Amino acid sequence: MRGPLTTTTLTRKLLGPQNRHLWFWIFVGPFVLGLTLFTYVPLAWSVYLSFFDAHNTVSPTEFVGFDNYTAMLGDDAFTGSLVTFLVFTAFIVPATYVLSLALALMVNRLRWAQAFFRSVFFLPVACSYVVAALIWKMSIFNGVRFGLANTVLDWFGADQIAWLSTTDPPWYWLVIVTVRLWLQAGFYMVLFLAGLQRISPRLYEAAAVDGARPGWQVFRHITFPQLRATSVAVVLLLVINAFQAFDEFYNLLSDSRGYPPYARPPLVYLYYTALGQGQNLGLGSAGAVILALIIAVVTVVQARWFGLGRKED
Amino acid sequence: MSMSRRRLLGAGGGLALTGALASACGSNTGRDGDDHAGQPVIEQWYHQYGEPGTEQAVRRYADAFDRANVQVQWRPGAYDQQTAAALLTKSGPDVFEVNGPTLDQIQGGQVVDLTDLLSEAKDDFNPAVLAPKTYQGKIWAIPQVIDTQLFYYRKSMLEDAGVEPPRSLDALIDAAKKLTTRDVKGLFLGNDGGPGVLGGTPLNAAGLTLVTEDGKVGFDDPAAARTLGKLRQLYAEKSLLLGAPSDWSDPAAFTQGLTAMQWSGLWALPQVKKALGDDFGVLPFPQDGAHGAPAVPVGAYGAAVSARSRHKAVAKAYVKWLWVERTDYQEDFALRYGFHIPARISLATKAAKLRQGAAGEAVRYATDHGHAEPLLWTSASRTAYQDALSRIIKGGADPDGELRSVVRKTEAELRRVRKKN
Repeated sequence: MRGPLTTTTLTRKLLGPQNRHLWFWIFVGPFVLGLTLFTYVPLAWSVYLSFFDAHNTVSPTEFVGFDNYTAMLGDDAFTGSLVTFLVFTAFIVPATYVLSLALALMVNRLRWAQAFFRSVFFLPVACSYVVAALIWKMSIFNGVRFGLANTVLDWFGADQIAWLSTTDPPWYWLVIVTVRLWLQAGFYMVLFLAGLQRISPRLYEAAAVDGARPGWQVFRHITFPQLRATSVAVVLLLVINAFQAFDEFYNLLSDSRGYPPYARPPLVYLYYTALGQGQNLGLGSAGAVILALIIAVVTVVQARWFGLGRKED
Repeated sequence: MSMSRRRLLGAGGGLALTGALASACGSNTGRDGDDHAGQPVIEQWYHQYGEPGTEQAVRRYADAFDRANVQVQWRPGAYDQQTAAALLTKSGPDVFEVNGPTLDQIQGGQVVDLTDLLSEAKDDFNPAVLAPKTYQGKIWAIPQVIDTQLFYYRKSMLEDAGVEPPRSLDALIDAAKKLTTRDVKGLFLGNDGGPGVLGGTPLNAAGLTLVTEDGKVGFDDPAAARTLGKLRQLYAEKSLLLGAPSDWSDPAAFTQGLTAMQWSGLWALPQVKKALGDDFGVLPFPQDGAHGAPAVPVGAYGAAVSARSRHKAVAKAYVKWLWVERTDYQEDFALRYGFHIPARISLATKAAKLRQGAAGEAVRYATDHGHAEPLLWTSASRTAYQDALSRIIKGGADPDGELRSVVRKTEAELRRVRKKN
């Protein structure tokens, strides 16, 4: 028969054998607390706020039901920002994928100074998006005759281009895509390098015995299929990162008076709605919830499509 | 005493946690409240001015106030966003300068009514900039200085091209085209081609307004589409400078010879004069159409008191002391470091610097043709209008259709703010 639950037994139960539970919570507790306080509580509050009118306040004022959601979904500027995201994704995902894979293949084949080149290509990852965006904007792609890109064009007798201000043709995409490509290709190169180094040399030996020509044929039938898991993870991360684009867009295209509508991704739009002079925190929260749902759905569908987590055949 | 590895790690973790908590609880925010030599502590925020000496000057004024310990914060970056976010919390400023306040800030009860501070001096403040700080007969900020924007043009470049200073929008478009060469553009309206900085000025030049005095949309008129459509011509004819290293508020593009004409602020005048001597002139935005008139935007940062301040009475007393009573400081702030028009009519009229040459002309334009952005022009209306202007200028969108959409948005916003009355 069980005796009454004394303080000592309760403490022992809570602490677990050999105080394992105590040590678990001492080390994990502060982080769980931080995560709850600074992530989950604001997240829940944001969802709650999205059903209220909340101009210039984080406290709900008037319950408006789904009005903020219908307003956001009927707002051309918000739907336009989703189109901007799609265009950006269409540029950046394949470009980064191809470049980082090419760099990884190149570095992987190096017989000497591999660590040096790996570091060189990886180094831009350490650079801040803000700093890189300002360098791109002010010295490489400024629109006057002494900008680096325009100086090069001038050598060939071509006209100057206002890279960030021209919508026809939309040269600003070149600036936006190249800055992110430079910043993130090194990171994905390292992921591909890890994937390449996991491929068994015996596969290549067997392919050679079977008469496969080195180069494209080996890459197509051995290397690329073997990188499937890495590729899925890379594409997934690239798409999520594209959805979260903010820093380079904001720093390349905003000025003290606003932001042009033609390249305004969702986060920049939500920033202006909720935290800019608009201070419409109810509407901004609804937009954030919609965006989070879209990211979740896209990620799940994409993961299912590519079979992420499925055992290798 | 021996210590096991587990015990050591546990002690280290505990110490780190204690340290983090201690530093979080004990951090000095400068808002410890009440007592610095028996005086209340109030925090005052300014946005970062470009002119050297301004920061030292405002700290000197703050030090001279003897009823409170005023701590000045000089804040670089997106100041309007910073203050808007800070006003949601108790750690924001007590007194702050604001490019407003906005109607939502007033209706949201974020700023204190300052009407009583101006009881005797109200008539001496420029009514054009006092109006947007007045809502339902109450004043919500005290205008500090007036800033205005206008065209700078390079006299020698216009003479070489045989161009007269333009007095109509059509003449401006022609002039910009004639002044454009391979290395020099005719006109600089900002790197975005104008939507950001021009705001309602082209509409004012067509004889219209953003919001009428009785609270209705002021540009639901064919003249609006006609005027905004003309701005597209400047872009399509490649007469606009785009992508300059610094934007419209800095006169560098003009003084470096990248453009023959530039839209900028009165604050840029000393820099332009230093770089070009007398080889420049100033102009208002030229009129368009039979009912139009030259137009000049005017605005004023104002001093406001946060409704969350723990020391509202002394904060109000400080604002009154600095921006109503100490006219010597107001004159010093407006004219000694940068170049602004004092908000007090009596100070503006007696200032020698503002009576001569281009500065005198600029002040006259601001007085005769000045338009401030109406208080009812909300942030959402402004964004919709700027987006439409961008699509018209850069994308060649139909001005009629774009403006219809902005009119609908503005009407919805006006209904929203009226509902809160």
